[in-house]
Amino acid sequence: MSALLEVRDLDVTFMTPDRTVHAVNGVSFDVKRGETLGILGESGSGKSVTLRSILRLHPEHRTRWSGSIKLEGVEILTMDRRTLNDLRGQKIAMIFQEPATAFDPVFTIGHQIAETVRRHTGKSESDALKRARELLEMVRIPSPAQRLKAYPHEMSGGMRQRAMIALALSCNPSLLLADEPTTALDATVQIQVLLLIRELQRELDLGVIFVTHDIGVAVEVSDRIGVMYAGKLVELASVEQMVDAPRHPYSRGLLASTVQGSMRGQRLEAIPGAPPDLGEVPTACSFAPRCKFAEPQCVSAPPTLGSVGDSHLVRCVRAEAPA
Amino acid sequence: MLLYALRRLIYLVPVAFGVSLLVFALVHLAPGDPISAIVPPDAPQEVVDKLKEYYGFDKPLPVQYLRWLAVTLTGDFGTSIGTGRPVATEVASAFGNTIILAISATTLAFSLAIFLGTAAAYAKTRIVDRLVTLISLVGVSVPHFWLAIVLVIIFSVELGMLPPMGLGPENATGWRLDWPHIQHMILPTIALSVIPLGVMTRTVRATIKDILNAEFVTALQAKGMNDRQILFHVLKNAAPTCLAVMGLQAGNLIGGSILIETVFAWPGTGFLLNSAIFRRDLPILQGTTLVLAFFFMMLNLTVDVIQTMVDPRIKRG
Repeated sequence: MSALLEVRDLDVTFMTPDRTVHAVNGVSFDVKRGETLGILGESGSGKSVTLRSILRLHPEHRTRWSGSIKLEGVEILTMDRRTLNDLRGQKIAMIFQEPATAFDPVFTIGHQIAETVRRHTGKSESDALKRARELLEMVRIPSPAQRLKAYPHEMSGGMRQRAMIALALSCNPSLLLADEPTTALDATVQIQVLLLIRELQRELDLGVIFVTHDIGVAVEVSDRIGVMYAGKLVELASVEQMVDAPRHPYSRGLLASTVQGSMRGQRLEAIPGAPPDLGEVPTACSFAPRCKFAEPQCVSAPPTLGSVGDSHLVRCVRAEAPA
Repeated sequence: MLLYALRRLIYLVPVAFGVSLLVFALVHLAPGDPISAIVPPDAPQEVVDKLKEYYGFDKPLPVQYLRWLAVTLTGDFGTSIGTGRPVATEVASAFGNTIILAISATTLAFSLAIFLGTAAAYAKTRIVDRLVTLISLVGVSVPHFWLAIVLVIIFSVELGMLPPMGLGPENATGWRLDWPHIQHMILPTIALSVIPLGVMTRTVRATIKDILNAEFVTALQAKGMNDRQILFHVLKNAAPTCLAVMGLQAGNLIGGSILIETVFAWPGTGFLLNSAIFRRDLPILQGTTLVLAFFFMMLNLTVDVIQTMVDPRIKRG
């Protein structure tokens, strides 16, 4: 089965009059239908930039993209505005970190869902509202008819995120982009929303890209996990491979920094240092300054992404070395 | 919503009461005796006493206030000391003239400000943004009476294109919607609109720029809305803030710019107030101030009600 989404050698550069930022440098991955790819990384690692580039959501005049992003074989990066607008929300939909700010505060939830339905299906206002009601039922919002008339500030955070999911799914997309959708939620609500996304994904056979900085969440929802650091994918593997045998020192560091009950009393492992500035295209391994295994060869040239087994990719010169 | 408007209307009663007290106090806050302004200094004492009795100035202040209030509530603002005509008629005609000018000036200023401010906020190059910022800076800083005089010199004296003063052609009574009258409005409208244009352009630009950075704009793009549909969302979000400033600006114009109306001899409230001050025409001053204060209150109420209609987050409590 061919991939739903193919990202190849994606570079994203932001240019302001004062500064150039190489936010993403050569990222490649595939997403299949019915599969969830988790992208894990810390702030500034380029994970959100990568995600938003799939819909070209960055200001066009300040952003330069290169490489290729194809949805079902159709190139997105060179697509004209009109075709892109038709694709946004219809084939590829997105949910955001902060549903409180991702909804327009002065329109009702119902209006905002119906607006999307009408935009892509040309349904009448009343049909679109009917569809909005079905969607709210699908994401299990109680008394959906009343909730249609609610404004975003009249709903709780979890409710808003459900409504955001309903909005995203309104036009039966094939790919769902999730930008830290549970970060702003309480732990209990977080689980409910995660389970909902998981369930709807199976039901609707969606491809999902789930960006998060929370390893627990990534492990919970993903089939495969990509770890990003300084604008590059440093490791891409199935959840099992990633949890059992992470190969990149950064992935290992991330997994070691999680807290488990059995670790009571032990010192929590942390990765020393901070991520690099992205003003320049990296000429060495970006993680080398923080890496306790760094060798001379790490700083002489940027490492390439190499395979270390069944679809397990690692960008490290020591990838073959035992853990 | 209707209930909210009603409640706000009721809240205005104590405010109106306070305003009336202040306006009444005008007579007694003003230096000197109100009667001494209208009688010659060598007038015999009995004439002064007669006049005092006629105007009710011989009674204690609270009684004077209540009597004045009772009469005023019937719509009788008294008689102008300067012209001897009823204050109500004078104020009504002046107020009408000011409104006409204020409407044309606000229409010009606000429509231009919304266009320029939005353009600047959306501008992708710094030049457009800088240019609009410059225009608004000039708008708020240039002295409008000076601009009025310059306009008169250029367009009336030098080019002879537009009439320099007055409401309309000579011996015309009152304002009508025809070309000669519109010609008379052009220069005062432009002069009057510069300040609100400057202020509103800045407000619109800053508000829209802020909103464009909001996550929901990205979310709207992500669901395939085109630029026009997104602009509609942005404008509705910008409306409450802009309306509040617009209300204040419109209020200032209704007050009638004393300077502009004097330069163009436009017979509005500003002009009337100006001449009333010089003639110490207290009934006119009271009447005009009272009408303006009430209008201002109603304007604020209208702005508040529209704001709550546009923005559901403003509590109707």
